[in-house]
Amino acid sequence: MNGPGVRWTTDQVLALAPDAASQKAGGRLATAGPWSGTGSGDGAVWGLCKGSGSKPYQTIVDTTGPAYKCSCPSRKFPCKHALGLLLLWAGDARSAAEDTVPDWAGQWLEPRRERVEEQRARQSDEGGGESTARAAGGEAARRRAERRAGRISAGASELEQRLTDLLRGGLASAEQSGYGLWEETAARMVDAQAPGLAARVRELGAIPGSGRDWPVRLLEECALLHLMDTAWLGRERLPEPLAATVRTRVGINAPADGAPVRDRWRILSQYDSSDGKVTTRRIWVHGAESGRTALLLSFGAAGRSPQLALPVGGELAGVLVPYPGAGQLRAELREQSGLTGGPAAPPPGGSVAAALDAYGQALCDDPWLESWPVTLTDVVPVPVPGGTGPRWQLADANGDAAVPLTPAALSRPGLWKLVALSGGGPVTVFAECGHAGATPLAAWAPAAGPEPIPLV
Amino acid sequence: MSQSSTGTEPTGSVLWEELVTSALLGTDRRPPPAVVTEPGGDPSAALLDAAAVLTVRRRAGLRPVRPAERPEPAPADTRPALPGAAHRRLGQLLADRAAPSGGGRRGAAPDLTELLPQWLATANGHGYRAPAALLPALLDAARARADLRPQALAFAGGRGLWLARFNPEWKFALRGAAGGGVLLPDTTDAPAVERLWEEGLFAERVALLDAVRGQDPAGALALLSGTWATERAEDRLMFLDTLRTGLSPADEVFLERALADRSRNVRTTAAELLSALPRSAFAQRMAERAAACVRPGPARDTIAVEPPAECDAEMQRDGVVPAPPTGRGKRAWWLGQLVEAAPLGVWPRVLDRRTPKEIVALSVTDGWAEELHAAWCRAAVRQRDAEWSRALLGTPANPPEAGPGTSSLAERAKLLAALPEGERALWVADFVSAHGLSDAFQLLGVCAVPWAEPLGHAVVDALEIAREAGSYPWSFSGVMGLAERCLDPGEAARLDLLTGPPAESESASPGAGTYWSEAFHRLVSTLRLRAAMRDELAP
Repeated sequence: MNGPGVRWTTDQVLALAPDAASQKAGGRLATAGPWSGTGSGDGAVWGLCKGSGSKPYQTIVDTTGPAYKCSCPSRKFPCKHALGLLLLWAGDARSAAEDTVPDWAGQWLEPRRERVEEQRARQSDEGGGESTARAAGGEAARRRAERRAGRISAGASELEQRLTDLLRGGLASAEQSGYGLWEETAARMVDAQAPGLAARVRELGAIPGSGRDWPVRLLEECALLHLMDTAWLGRERLPEPLAATVRTRVGINAPADGAPVRDRWRILSQYDSSDGKVTTRRIWVHGAESGRTALLLSFGAAGRSPQLALPVGGELAGVLVPYPGAGQLRAELREQSGLTGGPAAPPPGGSVAAALDAYGQALCDDPWLESWPVTLTDVVPVPVPGGTGPRWQLADANGDAAVPLTPAALSRPGLWKLVALSGGGPVTVFAECGHAGATPLAAWAPAAGPEPIPLV
Repeated sequence: MSQSSTGTEPTGSVLWEELVTSALLGTDRRPPPAVVTEPGGDPSAALLDAAAVLTVRRRAGLRPVRPAERPEPAPADTRPALPGAAHRRLGQLLADRAAPSGGGRRGAAPDLTELLPQWLATANGHGYRAPAALLPALLDAARARADLRPQALAFAGGRGLWLARFNPEWKFALRGAAGGGVLLPDTTDAPAVERLWEEGLFAERVALLDAVRGQDPAGALALLSGTWATERAEDRLMFLDTLRTGLSPADEVFLERALADRSRNVRTTAAELLSALPRSAFAQRMAERAAACVRPGPARDTIAVEPPAECDAEMQRDGVVPAPPTGRGKRAWWLGQLVEAAPLGVWPRVLDRRTPKEIVALSVTDGWAEELHAAWCRAAVRQRDAEWSRALLGTPANPPEAGPGTSSLAERAKLLAALPEGERALWVADFVSAHGLSDAFQLLGVCAVPWAEPLGHAVVDALEIAREAGSYPWSFSGVMGLAERCLDPGEAARLDLLTGPPAESESASPGAGTYWSEAFHRLVSTLRLRAAMRDELAP
């Protein structure tokens, strides 16, 4: 459980905000003025916040989760009231006293805690009951899965046809044919229930005409898509872990069923990306004892923030269950028994060459990997002269090896944070490193203390 | 990555090139190389197979690239780190600035952005080092608001300036407006100083001159004299400005020579500096000229004024501008310049050993009073003469247009700056008590922050009176904003009483009570926040 007096830092609270406007709104509520009946204890913080109506909003945060409850109508998650309350709690040393949970907060907290307990109990004696249930619906599910596999196979064959047609006519024509061709193909893949293929096809559409070496990149991506099609069509002959990877890549979601890992998970990075419909939140964690790096994904529908939000730099005690597939780092957070404020030391790391080697190794399990999480110890961000716009590398502080930063990393404000932290000296960087370069996600600098500085 | 991702064996990269060419032109027109195809097979599928193998192989065999030249490390910053709470607060202040504004009415919440300048000033006062990770946000803030720059750049220090070199958006920092952040050699290291002076960028040279002047006024003058003749006119003007620090009779010879400068602005500045040296030959010349125009009148307690009849070459050499601006008489224009540049010490000698206060009270013949008083005001400001400033300011409670001295608020604000802080606050407090807030804005602006207790009380009282009178608070939004930034946080408790809704009086504007309550709420929460910020920064 969360020990009394263990508080999050303001930075950690702000990192939970779904967007900059929420940060600002939360910051404005972080004064005693609008609040009454605030208190904390037993792993929770609560308070009443005066809003525009006559009845104040009831705001509760279960900091062991974290989970939030507020009677306000906001669709943002956590809402500004929860953020303001947490900021107040994080910043105000005077309210350190532990209080008893008031009834209105307990009404939400207790059933929630019971549910979590039940879930934990269910998971720990997993076995008999669940597998019987699985067997009952088994036959119908199997038939459904077969039908879907058939559709995907038809889709993959069609895609093969389109790819070979493209190659026969030449990639040069792809620049003229425009985006419509790819959109249509992607729609066909959606119909074939292969969202993974659909997403890759859509990305192909963005390559023609995008910079000098686009034909090379388009050929690479077409070849890898071809590899995926043929791997799917021949999946019976693949070793099971690789077959599982192929299934995941084409878009069949299997439940997480790997061997559970109980550990203290350090939260290294959290960032969102959006395709216009769904917001995907990627959270990288590293097990202090197991040494494993894992990726937690959380999704939010349009306009809603993903449910899972963890403060970077914090540490979470709990169980992660890996998803199937060789070289897959995605895991599900199952049991969670406490969140503490860091500081999270960097995972053991190495040189630039070691990072690229690790990516190369990982490709053996999953040839479609874009990047691999690595920790680069003692690297210096170095500007590369020439060209248009800024280009940077991460270079070993003691050596003559470097890896360029990806275009995505160059366009983020985190780049400048990283350069400022380094000041031309060595820093430790947690990054996604792959064939397009490195994307730094967090950094540790000697002078900035033991906490990771988020770069996204 | 193309520079790094070529395979080790030449066949691999040659093969790849051929695959790309074939793919680009189409396998119908340009079949892929024979090594990848099988008889009877689909050449396009074969090409994709081979390309997939090579792509994965290239990626798996990726080697590091050669690093570009490493940047020179940022200079070490030996200032102490911020306390944790202050560090987090700065993060919040900067995040608030970057976030989109909610728009509309401000409500009861404090405006954090307005507190950033004060936070920076306090942090610089304690001599803290800026947290590296916040430097980009700090530079962005300084870029958006020029008024923040001197404090922000001083706080950002050497590392901030080092960082600014890499991002064209932060070029402003390198122009070194305040020179606060320029990397300067030790001012006692003569060869290094000499080198930077000879070879440095303009901003670096101004900063260097400033720094040397602070330590060794004569040394700075020697540096400046050495290259003076070769400097550009606008540069000469900026360099000359640095002599304001530690101005002494030792500078007189140099300034006298600058009176003959090609640039009029340089000549005027040199004359201005010389006039602040009451014992200089220049000041003596001006004193003689001015005294020739102003003398005791025929009647008791009067001053007779006879402005100069011409602006001769000598006067022009001493910086007197002959042509008046449109709408002003020539002779009045010349008189103003002479009196402004003459040392104030001359007047008790000329006017029967009277004190400045008595002199200001004398009546002036032929309607010259306004001209003469205005010139004395400028002289008192220039010479930072507290006694003359006091005399010219007059009694704060007097209606501005009555009584001796100046009635212009702008002039009064400048004169106030010459008074000691405590006296200044008292004077403005009396002014506010007597005249209310509508004219006080400029005067409040020159008072030291936080406002001294009597001044704070006077402002709060005046706000309360305005509320009772039933007007809307936004008529006083300027003063309210100042009060948020300048009131002593200790006033918060007293202000708490005013946050409740007042009884709506007959004369009150509709809804005014609620708005006042909100405005006072905001004032109180801002003051509380400032108190918290101050405590967080305390070492």
